[in-house]
Amino acid sequence: MARRPLQEINAGSMADIAFLLLIFFLVTTTMSTNTGMQRKLPPPPDNIDNPDEAKVIERNVMVVLINKDNNIAIKGRPIQLKDIYEKTKLFFSNPNNDENLPEKKMKEIPFFGNYPVSKGIISLQTDRNTNYEKYLQVNNELVRAVNDLRDEKAMEKFGMSFDELGKVDKDKQKAVGQVYPLNISEAEPRRIAAGAGK
Amino acid sequence: MAKFARKGKGGTPAISTASLPDIVFMLLFFFMTVTTMKEIDLKVHIDKAKATEVKKIENKALVKYINIGVPKSKFQSKFGKEPVIQLNDAFASVGDIGPWVDGVRGDMDAENRSKMTTALKIDKNARMGIVTDVKQELRKAKALKITYIADKTTKEVYN
Repeated sequence: MARRPLQEINAGSMADIAFLLLIFFLVTTTMSTNTGMQRKLPPPPDNIDNPDEAKVIERNVMVVLINKDNNIAIKGRPIQLKDIYEKTKLFFSNPNNDENLPEKKMKEIPFFGNYPVSKGIISLQTDRNTNYEKYLQVNNELVRAVNDLRDEKAMEKFGMSFDELGKVDKDKQKAVGQVYPLNISEAEPRRIAAGAGK
Repeated sequence: MAKFARKGKGGTPAISTASLPDIVFMLLFFFMTVTTMKEIDLKVHIDKAKATEVKKIENKALVKYINIGVPKSKFQSKFGKEPVIQLNDAFASVGDIGPWVDGVRGDMDAENRSKMTTALKIDKNARMGIVTDVKQELRKAKALKITYIADKTTKEVYN
């Protein structure tokens, strides 16, 4: 008995189906990816071992105030947004071990050995009426200062920037991160007098 | 009509369309992988702030959004012109954030719960008052990882 030849499936409409799906996904696609500034909130205040409000020596804290008129003050002195960067860098690096800048504590860090790490903390305080954009800009300057310090350190030690280092060796990046920790504390909300930043 | 009849197989041969499905499928898979469905309809207008020190948001499944902005014009009669909070598809008050965090956390796999990040998408003209309230609620709900959504710019922010 002769076998019936296998019938071929007509694939002509395959392209149509695929096109239909393609157009659907084209329409629903949003290529834009969100970008954001990452931050960790302090644990709730009822937590007993809350390090946030632990007593710190004055030279180790840099209080950054933004008042309701969006004026900025660091340690009570008015400052322009563009000057925050240098001030923050100096605060965290303290290259000449100035007595008015944060003290350093020896800490065991992989790849660096015993390294003096700054005990500096930035306390960022805002008024309820402070503009969010201003707050984010100040935040951005603070983060930029720390990121640049990290970049410099990574460049000096490993010959590449902090971000590049993350792609090559996560442990090394982590070590550099420990050399310059991002210590920004957002204190409990409070009212700031209008004159504070003047 | 015979005038037009050609002899033999002259003219251009038809282009084979056999590989067309392959090409289309390739494109299809590309778009399928890069597609993110529009998560929600924003009912508030958000003008994003700009910053230089921002990172791409990775692992989208672990990121949950809180939107704060001025209600769009059709909602303004009911909700006013001051910035409000939008959670999922609805307007919400500060007190709704705690239960919302518990809800979205409950929907996640157990091992991912601690990795949840709350993305704060806030209009740049909003005031810190509402932002601080939201942050305090997140602290109470133990959702401590947050990220401030901002557009990346290469210009210095103070210029």
